[in-house]
Amino acid sequence: METLSPEVSTQAASKPLQRVYRQFLKSSSGRIGLFLTVALLLLAVLAPLIRPYDAATARNYASRLSPPDLEFWLGTDGLGRDMLTAIWYGIRISLTISLISVGSGLLIGTFLGMVAGYFRGWLETVIGWVTDILLAFPPTLLAIAVVTVTGPSLPSVMIAVGVVQIPIFIRLTRSMVLSLREQDFIQTVRAFGATSDRIIISHILPASLAPLIVQATLALGTATLEAAGLGFLGLGAKPPTPELGTMLSDSFRGGYSLSSPWTIVFPGLAITLIVLAFNLLGDGLRDSLDPRANR
Amino acid sequence: MLRYIVRRLLGLVPVFLGITLLVFTLLHAIPGDPAVFLMGERATPDQIAAFREQMGLNEPLPIQYLTFLGSLLRLDFGNSIVTGIPIAAEIGRRWAASFELTASAVLFSILVGVPAGIIAAVRKNSWVDNLAMTVSLVGVSMPVYWLGLLLIYLFAVNLGWLPPSGRIGISEGFGFQPITGFYVLDALLRFNFTALRDILAHLILPAIALGTIPLAIVARLTRSAMLEVLSQDYIRTARAKGLLERWVILKHALKNALLPVITIIGLQFGTLLSSAVLTETIFSWPGIGEWIYGGILARDYPVVQGGVVFVSITFVLINLLVDLSYAFFDPRIQYK
Repeated sequence: METLSPEVSTQAASKPLQRVYRQFLKSSSGRIGLFLTVALLLLAVLAPLIRPYDAATARNYASRLSPPDLEFWLGTDGLGRDMLTAIWYGIRISLTISLISVGSGLLIGTFLGMVAGYFRGWLETVIGWVTDILLAFPPTLLAIAVVTVTGPSLPSVMIAVGVVQIPIFIRLTRSMVLSLREQDFIQTVRAFGATSDRIIISHILPASLAPLIVQATLALGTATLEAAGLGFLGLGAKPPTPELGTMLSDSFRGGYSLSSPWTIVFPGLAITLIVLAFNLLGDGLRDSLDPRANR
Repeated sequence: MLRYIVRRLLGLVPVFLGITLLVFTLLHAIPGDPAVFLMGERATPDQIAAFREQMGLNEPLPIQYLTFLGSLLRLDFGNSIVTGIPIAAEIGRRWAASFELTASAVLFSILVGVPAGIIAAVRKNSWVDNLAMTVSLVGVSMPVYWLGLLLIYLFAVNLGWLPPSGRIGISEGFGFQPITGFYVLDALLRFNFTALRDILAHLILPAIALGTIPLAIVARLTRSAMLEVLSQDYIRTARAKGLLERWVILKHALKNALLPVITIIGLQFGTLLSSAVLTETIFSWPGIGEWIYGGILARDYPVVQGGVVFVSITFVLINLLVDLSYAFFDPRIQYK
């Protein structure tokens, strides 16, 4: 078999990438989403450098629940903490939760979906059954059920939100593998004696990447909402951890959400901004990676 | 069609078994002794031993699972640890409240979402379209409970237009006696229009909060379905015949664009019922969701378990009904 020279194959590979890149830059939602996501990620990474306080404990009871002013731009919360610092760290925590939970959901779901779609047989039956059951559960309740058992904590939230994502990725991957494995280029590679591992890793996985990336980006948004929801229900991080949902819950349960509205407005705004960033980015990626999807 | 329904119903059996198995496994996956967990830290060893005997916790796990299934089939979900009230009775008392709220939220999302989607599609790329799509994108990105709190702050606390919580003004009472548990219906049946006004006023804010995400989804979907249909040949034919544009859109295009919208509305009903946990909590709405939240706070595991099983099974059944209803809306679909 004639092999392509590295130069030629890089050129061939870079062309679709360039096309995707150009297409992505055309989409205004993609551009705004990318800008917001990068800005939020930078904020999250730089938080300890720019605001080197412990957001959980740096507090001043004397100035608790003071409205936004020049000293505390976003006011203070019920513990007398600077809301700006707490929210800043909250964004960091929210992003960490979503990235870890969607990342693990993506890895486990893709692996199981590949196995089910490629090897078929009883494995596909069992995995399909588990997927059906997990999808039959309303996402919020599945997450609640998991956290009730594992106990309220940040890792529990990550597990719960990750578990919710797994069946979605299993189903997506499986359906793609089912159609890919019958295609000529896979049959050809198989005829040349490639092993199953190699076919999956070098051929099927790269061909399934685009929809997986789009789904994962959109999933980051839902994961952020789910995680904050669990925090709000008191199933997430324990106060005084500055998790955004927990901050809303503190304000609501502490009974000062209506008298000191800044304690709910700003954390909620931060959650909305994160989810919006991922949704816009996901929309832009979908338009550029899978142009048919949005027609 | 009948054979298809029976087959789908049989297909639900493994899903139900799976849901119950998952909930059962979760209970037994709790580190430590489930009896101690269920009875609470303050229970004496004697009480725990008696509880183990009573609940059959000394039996092997498969037997325990079968017993659990058997009691579920008899609609026996056990009792709340905190109040001692049977869980089935509590569900019976609360489900109508949850359904009424969910139905109102769905209605709100249709009444606003479908027209918004149509206008956005007809005026594609205009400022109306951009505005509608931006608002709907923000709508799906907002936490429901946050929106709820903002609505309460604005409309109940600041402007004082609407009540902040509950289903009916308790102090007024209006001599209102529920019949079915669906308060709007009950007020109509009793011709109690003073109560009806108050009940509707209590419904508005939670229905808007809960209905915003489906509203955004419905608007986006109606828009894309309409755009797809509007580019088809028969629409051009209809226009070429000289039909009024309004007629073409409402009669010819909308009818065919609605199927995916109906699907998503149906699926949203199930999702909303479960996400009502958060909305009901904010608005002290006495439904299943608020009760599950109370169960979570009080570590009342049977309540959480019973609530989760009930809502999950309802969710599955509603989704099946949505599937089956396609045939009525689209005769082209053949059930095999």
